[in-house]
Amino acid sequence: MIKTDILIIGAGPVGLFTVFEAGLLKLKCHLIDVLPQVGGQLSEIYPKKPIYDIPGYPSVLAGDLVDNLMEQIAPFKPGFTLGEKASEITKNAEGNFQLTTDKGTTIVAPVIAIAGGLGCFTPRKPPIESIDKYEDNGIDYMVRDPEKYRDKEILIAGGGDSALDWTIELADVAKKITLVHRRNSFRGALDSVDKVMALAQSGKIDLVTEAQAIGLKGDDKLTHVTVKTKEATNDLSVDYFIPLFGLTPKLGPIAEWGLNITKGSIEVDTTDYSTNVDGIYAIGDINSYPGKLKLILCGFHEGTLMVQSAFKRIYPDQKLSFKYTTVSGVNAFE
Amino acid sequence: MHLNSLMEDTNITITIIDREDVSHEIEVPTDMNLNVMETAKASDLPVEGTCGGMALCASCHCYVTSSHELPQASDDEEDMLDQAFFVESNSRLGCQIKITQEVDGLVVKLAPVD
Repeated sequence: MIKTDILIIGAGPVGLFTVFEAGLLKLKCHLIDVLPQVGGQLSEIYPKKPIYDIPGYPSVLAGDLVDNLMEQIAPFKPGFTLGEKASEITKNAEGNFQLTTDKGTTIVAPVIAIAGGLGCFTPRKPPIESIDKYEDNGIDYMVRDPEKYRDKEILIAGGGDSALDWTIELADVAKKITLVHRRNSFRGALDSVDKVMALAQSGKIDLVTEAQAIGLKGDDKLTHVTVKTKEATNDLSVDYFIPLFGLTPKLGPIAEWGLNITKGSIEVDTTDYSTNVDGIYAIGDINSYPGKLKLILCGFHEGTLMVQSAFKRIYPDQKLSFKYTTVSGVNAFE
Repeated sequence: MHLNSLMEDTNITITIIDREDVSHEIEVPTDMNLNVMETAKASDLPVEGTCGGMALCASCHCYVTSSHELPQASDDEEDMLDQAFFVESNSRLGCQIKITQEVDGLVVKLAPVD
């Protein structure tokens, strides 16, 4: 079990910077994120895009901003639980929150800050009838262990990097691979495209382009995927179907925590960005209040004010005197 | 409201058909560097525009149903459409359709959300 002062859900820019502001008040933070890396949208959606409205940076690449934030918060030794989804919260006997992730990690903290951005990045599911039925019964939205597919017949759908990379990687593992793609050109790294083309030419994989998976067949377990091309519609025999269409943010389990949510955003009081649940705050793109702007810079401000309130909540009897970093510096944690 | 937008000759009208098949005729200024995604959001139509208009998500996927000759989709836009579902030959990302005089009378239908 992990214990901390502030449990931050979401390791995007706002969650990361909150560690710094909490650190100045000697509060420890632990961050949890469903993505395997820190940075949220900045790392997942646009790492190579420049951002022009971070004060003091005429231009900064999103990925560089994340790297800088990680350097800035390093003195405060934050903990990270990455690649896990916050799924359930309960209160323990001492009145602290106990959060459990989808992989069973538990984290205990008196304060939770939800910095979840647009929500939790989840794989895009193709809108094929009865797709839910075959999840974990022949359909995987990500490849966890390539060995699972040894000597199996698999069908991969998608045209991006992950579809190409897994086709290449699994070509030597699986018995048969069919790659189905909407167009006859691919995005993704040129090198990967070349490799896939070579695999197709040598007959190691079946490449079906200008095609779409439109149907699923089987009993308890998936046995066939219906693939429609310009010319024909065929049922292909498969052991596994792996649709790889990227990730899309969804609010996820947070919606079940009794918070006031309007249009996918959590309502907060702008005095301290507290939610209607005592001890839970919401900062950054995930909150809403009159005049809200979804900007990184606004999220930084929200996190800064929020930790002041969190401090008073955690140490109701202690006086908090505000200190400028220029005066007292940054005192790293032991 | 932007002063210029009060002047008639800078405005155009586009029609956005929502997912319940209701048509929304929207008057929109051409001098504010807007796109169809932003126009839909400004009219409170259910378009997410998750990435803010960088052609990096597909949440503003729509179908162009009028006969306007739009500039061809960029590679970035095609790449994102690969990640969308219900893609048809007239599929576009709303954020990549700029509001200019050339698209006066444009009709788009919002694609289903996954």
